[in-house]
Amino acid sequence: MTHKLLFHDIDEPGLNTIEVYKRRGGYQQAEKALAMARDSIVKEIEVSGLRGRGGAGFPTGKKASFIPQGKMDKYLVCNADESEPGTFKDRELMQKSPHTLIEGMIIAAYAVGANKAFIFIRGEYVQQAEILEAAVQEAKDAGYIGPNVLGRGIDLDLWVHRGAGAYICGEETGLLDALEGRRGNPRLKPPFPANQGLYQGPTLLNNVETLAAIPHILAVGPEAYAAMGVEASSGTKLISVSGNVQRPGNYEIELGMTGREIIYGLAGGPDPGRDVFFWFPGGSSSPVLTKDDLDLPYDYNSLAGAKTMLGSGAIIVVDDSNSVVDVAVKTASFYKHESCGKCTPCREGTNWTTKMLKRIQSGEATPMDLDVIESVCDQIMGNCLCVLGDAMAMPVASMVQKFRPQFEQHIETARAANEARLLAELDAAAPVLEGIGH
Amino acid sequence: MSLRRDPLGPLDREAVRQGADVPTRVHVPGDGDGISGELFHHEVHRFADGSRVPGWREGHDPGKDAAEVPDPAQVAVPEDLRAEIEDYMSRYPDPRSAAIPALAAAQRLHGWCSPDAIEQVACVMRLTPGYLTAVAGFYDMLETRPVGRKTVYVCTNISCSLRGGDELLAALKGQLADDPDVNIRGFECLGACDIAPMCSVDGVYVGPVDDAEIPVLAEQIAAGADPLPLKQLVRRRVADTAANSDGVEVEAIEAGTIGPVLHTDGPATGGNDIPGAAR
Repeated sequence: MTHKLLFHDIDEPGLNTIEVYKRRGGYQQAEKALAMARDSIVKEIEVSGLRGRGGAGFPTGKKASFIPQGKMDKYLVCNADESEPGTFKDRELMQKSPHTLIEGMIIAAYAVGANKAFIFIRGEYVQQAEILEAAVQEAKDAGYIGPNVLGRGIDLDLWVHRGAGAYICGEETGLLDALEGRRGNPRLKPPFPANQGLYQGPTLLNNVETLAAIPHILAVGPEAYAAMGVEASSGTKLISVSGNVQRPGNYEIELGMTGREIIYGLAGGPDPGRDVFFWFPGGSSSPVLTKDDLDLPYDYNSLAGAKTMLGSGAIIVVDDSNSVVDVAVKTASFYKHESCGKCTPCREGTNWTTKMLKRIQSGEATPMDLDVIESVCDQIMGNCLCVLGDAMAMPVASMVQKFRPQFEQHIETARAANEARLLAELDAAAPVLEGIGH
Repeated sequence: MSLRRDPLGPLDREAVRQGADVPTRVHVPGDGDGISGELFHHEVHRFADGSRVPGWREGHDPGKDAAEVPDPAQVAVPEDLRAEIEDYMSRYPDPRSAAIPALAAAQRLHGWCSPDAIEQVACVMRLTPGYLTAVAGFYDMLETRPVGRKTVYVCTNISCSLRGGDELLAALKGQLADDPDVNIRGFECLGACDIAPMCSVDGVYVGPVDDAEIPVLAEQIAAGADPLPLKQLVRRRVADTAANSDGVEVEAIEAGTIGPVLHTDGPATGGNDIPGAAR
């Protein structure tokens, strides 16, 4: 039986209000934390083994410990720009239990000494932003945010900042540029945001789910949290299952379950009569896995061992009624559209990969294009300021590698169909051609 | 269309891949079969300015100096808009951070980031119109061309397209194409793959939209009515059945904050007569 921390009774009516949240024990952890020493909170998070839930999986306690001490202005930014295709866990959390996030941010801000905090929410989440704004206002009225929080002499200011629709703003430095009112272009790293982030100040940047897990870690105790899940993947994780499954949605699991248990057990598997063709284990940026990999344990290290990644915990299932070519075109087109254009390998690489895949789709390609795609993907990876280009290169290259026969077969059939159509056109044009001397 | 074909056949290609030499005589389409090849190509479509990209030269006049920060005495900014932008600016250590919320506010007023809208924001924020135009051009939700006031985004990313997102977009476009008030467009992943195929009607997420519901939805969009109230995301329970205790689930259904279980194979209703339904 999986422990439910973040999703425990999440549909309780009014949980988005401070009244119900406090009745259920809300804000007690914030009050407890504010009485603790700052570094002992960071220590507890480190002991809990919590890893960043946004995609990179970096240990959260370690990240917080990088924030320098001292009297300068420090910032806390919550990354709620949830745009990775297939991911929708933060949406459910913010919409139904916004105060969990706010409480986590109060604790995190206190732990690193930040006095300005922002929640950068994607502009498409209109309803969620409204719910969050209302919740922040309630927390301000109750004295949890503002000058002299709970009479402890700490100031904390928190605002919800709405984005305006750009995937790249989910990248931490792109987000910072967008939050500073610029085009959301990623920055060169290092310096990392922990040293020079928002307004060049030390900035702790975390995903919604990571910050929302902090009150629960303090509540159950870091050792108990670390005992959940498996080695190096502790605690519970929200996963979003979508695509060709019968019960798509968010599930809270302890990491270490197998892919089969998640896709078939929780999400009901593909429709009757259909079989899993392949699946993305961690959002559309992760290299795909086939149905032979279904028994792989779903945790950070096992997936890394299979040359893919857990990412944001978004499983997209593609069943055998679909063509891998179509999915590859969709994937590449998305990254082509969202590439910010700052780095050449990503801007040109995503564009040309999409063009080549579309040629394959429409039967104008040769099998040579598959080799070119692989080499283009290879040249994108690791050569840009951020990983958007890699995020296209990894899944597309993995599809081409794992399903090369299907790609080649599609090239042949689509080309044959085109040829037949052209010959028919030629036949139709024959009288005209004769007339002009052919 | 142009046809590019592999000069080698599939068998030769496989042999070459395995290390054989490339055959010396290769077949070139159109070569020697009495066809000039003209039929294999056709003209690239070009716009009036000679470009293949629509509109990229619009608004570009190299003879003009770049606009400077507008003079407050010359620009009339609506009071509400000015107050809203100034409120945003007061939230950040650097007021420039308010650029995106300010442009969004101006867009709500003007319908799109028109030159007037940009100038008003530039005037309040003390930035150049060029800077704000560049910011507006980066973000998908900021419109740099006149569009309808009712915004409908249809998700066409992987999860949604696996469940009919592209067909939903085509069907809605077909029904709403003539309505100048509606700005309907395919959009990148909207973060609601659990209700695929879905769309966002002025920020209200609706889905999964069955084929039979599309005409009702299109009417509701055109009339500005609440879109498919039973299918709105805010009323959807969490998929994890072990998350809620039984009492909470019953309480929530009675309070109307989550909908009763919908039968996906039942008749499409689109009605809005659930007692106590709350948005």
